[in-house]
Amino acid sequence: MEEITGFLKLALITATPIALGAYAGILSERAGVVNIAIEGMMLTGALVAQLTAMYLYAPLQAAGIPAAEIASLCLGVIAGILAGALLGGLHSITSIRFKADQIISGTVINLLAWGMTGWIYQRWMTATAPTAPGTFPRIPIPGLRQIPVLGDLLFNHQPIVYTMLLLTGVIHYVLFYTPWGLHVRSVGEHPRAADTVGINVERVRYISTIVGGAIAGLAGVWLTLEQVGSFTLRMSAGRGFIALAAMIFGRWTPLGAFGTSLLFGLGTALQIRAASLASASAGLAMIPTQLYQAIPYLLTIIVLAGFGGKATPPAASGQPYEK
Amino acid sequence: MSASLSPLPALSHPALEAVEITKRFSGVVANDAVSFSLEPGEIHVLLGENGAGKSTLMNILYGLQKPDQGEIWVGGKAVRLDGPKDAIQQGVVMVHQHFMLVPVFTVLENIVLGVEQTRGQWGQLGVLERAKPARQIQALADQLSLQVDLNAKVGELPVGVQQKVEIIKALYRGARILILDEPTAVLTPTEATELFELLRRLTQQGLSIVLITHKLKECLAIADRISVMRQGKMVGTVYPQQASESLLAEMMVGRKVILQVEKPLMQAGAPVLQTRRLVVWDDRHQPAVNGVDLTVCAGEILGIAGVQGNGQTELSEALTGLRSPAQGQIDILGQDQTGASPRQLIEQGLAHVPEDRGKNGIVKTYSLADNAVLCTYYQPPFAKKGLIRPGAIARQATQLIQEFDIRPANPRVLAGSLSGGNQQKLIMARELSRGAKLLIACQPTRGVDIGAIELIHRRIIAARNQGMGVLLISSELDEILALSDRIAVMYQGKVLETLAIAEATRERLGCLMAGMVQS
Ligand SMILES: Nc1ncnc2c1ncn2[C@@H]1O[C@H](COP(=O)(O)OP(=O)(O)O)[C@@H](O)[C@H]1O
Ligand SMILES: [Mg+2]
Repeated sequence: MEEITGFLKLALITATPIALGAYAGILSERAGVVNIAIEGMMLTGALVAQLTAMYLYAPLQAAGIPAAEIASLCLGVIAGILAGALLGGLHSITSIRFKADQIISGTVINLLAWGMTGWIYQRWMTATAPTAPGTFPRIPIPGLRQIPVLGDLLFNHQPIVYTMLLLTGVIHYVLFYTPWGLHVRSVGEHPRAADTVGINVERVRYISTIVGGAIAGLAGVWLTLEQVGSFTLRMSAGRGFIALAAMIFGRWTPLGAFGTSLLFGLGTALQIRAASLASASAGLAMIPTQLYQAIPYLLTIIVLAGFGGKATPPAASGQPYEK
Repeated sequence: MSASLSPLPALSHPALEAVEITKRFSGVVANDAVSFSLEPGEIHVLLGENGAGKSTLMNILYGLQKPDQGEIWVGGKAVRLDGPKDAIQQGVVMVHQHFMLVPVFTVLENIVLGVEQTRGQWGQLGVLERAKPARQIQALADQLSLQVDLNAKVGELPVGVQQKVEIIKALYRGARILILDEPTAVLTPTEATELFELLRRLTQQGLSIVLITHKLKECLAIADRISVMRQGKMVGTVYPQQASESLLAEMMVGRKVILQVEKPLMQAGAPVLQTRRLVVWDDRHQPAVNGVDLTVCAGEILGIAGVQGNGQTELSEALTGLRSPAQGQIDILGQDQTGASPRQLIEQGLAHVPEDRGKNGIVKTYSLADNAVLCTYYQPPFAKKGLIRPGAIARQATQLIQEFDIRPANPRVLAGSLSGGNQQKLIMARELSRGAKLLIACQPTRGVDIGAIELIHRRIIAARNQGMGVLLISSELDEILALSDRIAVMYQGKVLETLAIAEATRERLGCLMAGMVQS
C-alpha cells in the first residue's frame, strides 16, 4: 500500500511541470495563439529563478532577514514567473503585433532560451557561484494531512504542486464560467465575430499569452527550486513539448490536460523507479534502463499519433487577426 | 404606399447619415465622398455590384473601419466611432454577410457575447449569468414569433436559423438601426420572404433598416427607398415605385444592360453525362450526394438549382474527378469514368468551371498566359519534345484575351491581379477553347460584375448551340431560369424533381428548394 501511494505521489509531483506547461498552452491557444515555446519559457523560468534565489540568499542572510532561505526562494519564484511572462510577451508581440508565423516565433524563442540559459549558466552559475538556498520544504496542510492515504498523497507537498492543483480549478472556472473566458474562447474560435461585438481581440490575446508565459515560467521554477535545487543545462528535457501533447490529448481543457499529465507523471514515476524495480526482479532487470527513460517520450508519440488527429483545436489558433 | 413617400416633418432628423465619406485601401478608392441617409422607420436598400463599396460604407457606419474623410451622424448628432462598441452604444448594429457567430458556442452564448451580465463583484471574472438573459432573449423571440433553442450549438443550426440568431443578437444589444449585409445570399426563396416579413415587423416597432443586396428583384419587393453605388461612388437614390429592374441595372453598371439572353430552341442529342445512383461523401464521411441520377445530353443545359450546401459542391467534385464517389457510376460520352482522374476526364472532353475560382480555377501567382493553358500545356503546340514553347502559349493567350474581352489585355500579368469577372472570363476562355463536349459550370457568375455575367451567359448558350452538353450548378435562381433547358432541384443530397423549363415556375422551384415535393 505504502509502495503504491508513494508511486502515485511521485506521479503527481512529476506531473506538475507538465500540467502547468499544458495550462500555459491552453491559455494561449484558446485565445488563438499557438505556443510551442513553452519548453523555452520553462527553461528560462528555471534558470532565472535559480539565479535570483542564489544571488539573493547571502545578502538576505547578511541583512539579518529571519527566514532568508524561504525569502530568497520566494523572490526566485517571482523572478521565474516574470521571466516566463516576459517571453510570453515577446511571443505575443511577434505573433500579434507583427503577425509573424507563430511556429517560427516559438522556435526562435526556444533556441534563444537554450542559448541564453547556457551562456548565463557558464558565466555565473558554475564554480564561483554563491551557495544556493536549496529547495522549498514540504508544507503539510494542517488537518487534511491527517486523512489516511489521501492526506499524504494530496496534502503533503511543496507549494508549486498545490499551486498546480489550484490552477486546474481556477483556469477551468475562468475559461468556462466567466465572461472573460467566453471572450478568450471567442477570440480563439472566430476573432472577427468577437471584434464585431466590441471585444478587443489583440488585448485578449496579449493577456492570455502573457499569463500563459507566466505559468510556463512557474513550471520551470518547479524544476530548480522545488525539485533539484540547482540548474543544469537543458534541464527541462522536452517537458514543454510533452505538455503540448497533454494539452492536445486533454482537448484544450484544464481538466483533460491534468488527467493526461498524470498519465505522463505515471510514466516518469515508472522511469524513476526503474532501478529499484530492476533490482527487485531478475526478469525486469533484463529490460535496459534506457527503455524506461524513453517511456514519457514514447507515451507522447503514442498519444499524439493515436488521438491527436481526432482532437480539434480552436478554429482560429495560429492565425493572425487581420482587420 | 410607404411612409417615406409622404413629406417628412421638418424637424425629424435622419436616423443615420453618412456625409461625404471617403475610404481608400492601398490603391483602391472603396468609398469616394459617399453620402447616404437613412430615415426613421424605413427599409433602405443599398444596391451595387460586387466591389462597389457597399460593405466598406456599412463597416464604417458600424465603426469597424475608420473613414479617411467624412462624418457620421446618428439621430441628428455627429458621432465618432472608434469601434463597434461605440456604434452599438448609438443603437447601430450590423449583421454581416458572413455570419459573426461562433459555431461551437450555444445560441445563448453568442447572443450575450460582449454584453454579458455577471453575478458578484468580480467583473469579467465573475460568474456568467445565464438564466436572466435567457428569459430576456426568449421574450424578444416570442415578441417577434421566432423560434430558437437557446441551448443549441450554433454550428449545428441551418443558416436560416443562424440568421435569426444574428437578428435577435442585434436586438438584444438594443439595436434601433439594423444594417444587414447581403442577408438573402444564403437563404431559400421562402426563407427570404420570411426574413422580409420579419424586417417589416421590425420597422413597425420603430427600427430603421439598411439592407445591402445585388439582387434586383428582391430590392424592388422590399425597399422603401433604393440607393445605388457604383465603383465607390453613390450614383443616386430612387423610390421603387419609380424604378424598374432595367433602370436599376443601368444605374449599377453605368450603361444599358441586356438582362435577357437569346436562346434558340435546340434538339437535344445523345447523352454526354449520365450518373447512376451516385453517392458522394463529404469531408466528414456523411453522404452529401445520396443516390443521384442525372442525364445531360449534347446541346442542352441542365440546371441544378438548390440552396448552397445541399450537395452541389460534392456532386461537381465527383463529376470532375476531384473526389471519388462512394457508390454509383459516372458515364461520360458513353464510357464508364467512375473514379477517373481529372486529367483523364479533361482528355476525354470535360470542361470545368469550378465553384471556388481562386482555389481551383486559376493559379493566382501564374501569368494570365500560363493560366490559359493549364489543362493543355503538355500537349502540342504548347509543348514539344518535353519542352514548353512560350511563343505558342503567348499566341493562344492573346487570342483568348481578344475573344473573351479579358482586361487588362496583357498575357504577362499575374492572374491573381485580375478582377473576379476577368478571372472568370479567363477560366471560361480556357475551358471552352479545348473542344470539350461536356461543360460542368459551378456558380459561374458568383461575385462577378454584370458585364462579365452577360458575356459568360452568352458564351454558355453559344457552347450549347454548338452541341456541347452543359451541367450548370448555381444557387442564383434567375441564372438557372435564364439558361437552362431542364432544371433539377437538389435538396439534402437528392434530386427531388427534374422539370422542363416550360413547367418551372419560381414558386415551384422555391418549394422544391425548401424540400417540399408536391403530391
Ligand atoms: N480590407 C480591405 N483591404 C483592401 N481592399 C479592400 C478591403 N475591403 C474592401 N476593399 C476593396 O474595396 C472595394 C470595395 O469593396 P466592398 O466594400 O467589399 O464592396 P461590396 O461590398 O460593394 O462588394 C473593392 O475593390 C475591394 O477589393
Ligand atoms: Mg460586400
